[in-house]
Amino acid sequence: MEQLKTIGRELAMGSQGVWGSSKEFLELVKTIGEAKSKAEEERIVLAEIESLKRRIQEPDVPRKKMKEYIMRLVYVEMLGHDASFGYIHAVKMTHDDNLLLKRSGYLAVTLFLNEDHDLIILIINTIQKDLKSDNYLVCCAALTAVCRLINEETIPAVLPQIVELLNHQKELVRKKAVMALHRFFQRSPSTVSHLFPAFQERLCDRDPSVMSAVLCALYDMILVNVKPFKHLVASLVSILKQAVEHRLPKSYDYHRTPAPFVQIKLLKILALLGTGDKAASENMFNVLGDILKRSDSTSNIGNAILYECVRTLTSIYTNPRLLQNAAEITAKFLKSDSHNLKYMGIDALGRLIKITPECAENHQLAVIDCLEDPDDTLKRKTLDLLYKMTKANNVEVIVERMVEYIRNISDNHYKTEISSRVIELAERYAPSNQWFIQTMNQVFEIAGDLVPQKVAHDLMRLIAEGAGEEDEDADSHLRSSAVQAYLQILKEPKLPSILLQVISWVLGEYGIADGSHSAEFIIGKLCDIVATRPGDDKLKGYVVSAITKICAFEKAAGQTVDLIPECVSFIEELYASHSTDLQQRVYEFHAVLKLDRDTLASILPMDASCEDIEVDKDLSFLNSFVESALANGSRPYLSDNERRGMGAMTTLASNNDAGTSSLLRFQPYEKPSIPEPAAALVTASHYSQDAIDQHDIYSSAITVSTSSKAPESSSNDGTRLKLEGVQKKWGRPTYTPEAQVPKNPINISDSVKVSSSAAGKEASSRNSSAPPYTERKQPPQEISAEKKKLAASLFGSKAGDTKAKPAAKLQQNGTSKKAPAKPTSPPPPAPAPPPADLLDLSDSLPQTPSVDPVDQLADLISVDSSAATSTTSLVEQVFDAGKVATKGPSPQASLQKDAVSRQVGVTPSGGTNPDLFKDLFG
Amino acid sequence: MAIRFVLLVNKQGQTRLAQYYEQLTIDERRALEGEIVRKCLARTENQCSFVEHRNYKVVYRRYASLFFLIGVDSEENELAILEFIHCVVETMDRYFGNVCELDIMYHLEKAHFILEEMVMNGCIVETNKSNILGPIQLMDKSF
Repeated sequence: MEQLKTIGRELAMGSQGVWGSSKEFLELVKTIGEAKSKAEEERIVLAEIESLKRRIQEPDVPRKKMKEYIMRLVYVEMLGHDASFGYIHAVKMTHDDNLLLKRSGYLAVTLFLNEDHDLIILIINTIQKDLKSDNYLVCCAALTAVCRLINEETIPAVLPQIVELLNHQKELVRKKAVMALHRFFQRSPSTVSHLFPAFQERLCDRDPSVMSAVLCALYDMILVNVKPFKHLVASLVSILKQAVEHRLPKSYDYHRTPAPFVQIKLLKILALLGTGDKAASENMFNVLGDILKRSDSTSNIGNAILYECVRTLTSIYTNPRLLQNAAEITAKFLKSDSHNLKYMGIDALGRLIKITPECAENHQLAVIDCLEDPDDTLKRKTLDLLYKMTKANNVEVIVERMVEYIRNISDNHYKTEISSRVIELAERYAPSNQWFIQTMNQVFEIAGDLVPQKVAHDLMRLIAEGAGEEDEDADSHLRSSAVQAYLQILKEPKLPSILLQVISWVLGEYGIADGSHSAEFIIGKLCDIVATRPGDDKLKGYVVSAITKICAFEKAAGQTVDLIPECVSFIEELYASHSTDLQQRVYEFHAVLKLDRDTLASILPMDASCEDIEVDKDLSFLNSFVESALANGSRPYLSDNERRGMGAMTTLASNNDAGTSSLLRFQPYEKPSIPEPAAALVTASHYSQDAIDQHDIYSSAITVSTSSKAPESSSNDGTRLKLEGVQKKWGRPTYTPEAQVPKNPINISDSVKVSSSAAGKEASSRNSSAPPYTERKQPPQEISAEKKKLAASLFGSKAGDTKAKPAAKLQQNGTSKKAPAKPTSPPPPAPAPPPADLLDLSDSLPQTPSVDPVDQLADLISVDSSAATSTTSLVEQVFDAGKVATKGPSPQASLQKDAVSRQVGVTPSGGTNPDLFKDLFG
Repeated sequence: MAIRFVLLVNKQGQTRLAQYYEQLTIDERRALEGEIVRKCLARTENQCSFVEHRNYKVVYRRYASLFFLIGVDSEENELAILEFIHCVVETMDRYFGNVCELDIMYHLEKAHFILEEMVMNGCIVETNKSNILGPIQLMDKSF
């Protein structure tokens, strides 16, 4: 046995020439392959790094050995370790004369280095040299490297040579040159913008592979700017036609489908060119119809083309007949048993409903099935679809589904994404404020700190503004229910900071407003909030402000406030806080407590967060003071400008400006260019004559005057809402006066109106047909009935309709159809042009080359491809049979493989990882 | 850019081939590979072959013990990519003759060359097997 192994090893050494790698390398690969755990793999790789570091430095490493080392470095990096110590050797290997070594060198460099790496500069020269090589394979190796290594700054170094290679006699070189230019376009469009005509010329290349490379480039260019390429529509349509009609060489087929990847690329390009362009789109209808007819809907690749076709049809100018076909294809996808096709179907449906919203109704149950499928990908895709088709009448169901979904996932990325969608939908379509607040609370609870701060502000604003200023009862009801809800939520552990902020603000503002909770109780709750998150300064700020407000309300109402011990210690602690903001807040709190009742009532009035703070710019309240001062012989006040004009005062005034400018700039009345109104006149004789004093007095007067209104704003500065000139997102738009105001906020017509005015566009249709909104129905017994109901609530009928009979559904669908009539509704369908016209058009294309390049080429390639097809069919037969047949086209290679495997001591039966040998198709 | 990476990973989660068409650091790659593979391995046969991960959509297909994963952007046709994976495997199969995991491990550079011919700048440029293998076979002869 031992002997056998030795012989095997010797044989393995002997086979080195064929394999190009040593026994040692095979051993390494084998041990990595058989590593049972990540830790074991790690150990192997670390040992490998040590040995490579040593050996790669040795002088006179044979070139082939060096190639092996470099491939081992590739392994090291692939398995997640740093191999930068060997990069330079990879760079050196690109100089090698041997093509395989050179290309391996280039490969390693492209895998190791990104385009901004310092070593790149060492390769530019080699690339330049290789681009000029007589051996076209060397050229190709260099061009492949160009696609990975050249950055914006080095483009000019190789650009001229690559442009030359566009006309190389070998199609392989032309193809790679096109791709190199494509890469330059991706990096820096301006460097190749002058080459658009050259690209178009290559589009007519006699080799289809060059043509299809140009398509890759064209797609990206058209994506940036459609205009310069509009004239290509006819040529592209003709190429697509040839591909569809199987006029490209057979070797481009994939499972008997003619050049599917070329077809798909062309369809993508046509979708871009036909968007909003009737004339261009009409050119395409014929060939698109052809594809729909010809594509094989039983194979994956056929369906891929059909799906792409649906995408194209939904982005170009609409053709009703073809859209009908697209809808049928989508239906087929959705009805399929394959999850892949269902997924594509959901995506296609999402595109179709943008144009024909009513088509969603035909697929209700299929969509519900996908929504409830255990497959997460499918579920999420369906949520995407629902997001797209959300309207005022189904928002509750859809949002409920989304909330349920985010509740059950842990991936923060999707939590953020979907919760922002929930917020968006809720803001846009909320049927009532109550519902909106509930939904927001759920989102905060689940997604917590992933929710942007702005959403919290909007929520607080909604609670503050309520349904509208006209209906105080409704508002206070809304607020007390919010307070109730929040007190309930507070019982739960581990709430996110942002929700606690909202809660603190609401409790501070409205906690004692309806009289059902005592100030002590609310303050106690607020102190509890802080206790749950000891390190959260922002939250502390909210809580201090809330406590301040509650104390002020109580005192203003004539009650005495006895602070509970927790609160006292909390406040005491903050006097020494590191945060100056917190310190300021507690000092303000302290100051506020000392004020008398009337002052408190005016500086912190109850429920005034929405009131505009009016600043008396004229300081009229000082008038009597000024008048008495004037009567006592003071000098009248001179405005800044007037003072500047007086020579004697110039220096004084400017000093004064310098000294107090920062102070002055904060005063709202101070507009430098406009002189002060004459009403504000002060004589200085009362005070020492100089103007600085005068200013001090002045500013302190202002401080007093504003402080009677302003402290409230400073007391909750983070939460203060800017209300001036802001249109409400939900609720009644501030700018549009409502004729009628319902008394109850959850009253039916009100909720409809709220949502409808929010939805804006749908206002008229909804107001006329709005049925009563009732509470969500109970979960039904049967699953199928539940699904039906869900379908009904999603697709147009009302949630309150528990019966959801088909007839009723139809009727409701009829009404809901009106609702989605968007402003962006598609233009009136163009009549389908007679096919004959288009045929003519495609046959008499002026832009296309006079001789069909592809046909020409078909002859050139036919020899090649016939050889190829024989093997293809062999492979296909093997696949079709679904079992492993004889060893493939090169039995010799397979034998050698087996031999070496034995030699290195790994056999399928004996090895620890027999899978390594399993043929991929096995 | 459509295709953002191509990964070959076995069912133990070990990377067998990795090609990225955008710049990621080694640590980012490592994290990405770990997360994606975990997601794909957790899926069953009759779930769909697409997984969303961060901003990628990952299309995957399993052959024996080996997973082929292609990360694409949101504009890509998933079904076409699924078939493209099969096209890659067929091409490798033609080159190696009944390709298996170990072939790819022993001939990592060849597997990369095949991929380089088929995907450039994140685009599918070639699916014609004779066009793909022609230059590689020529190179083998010259060695």
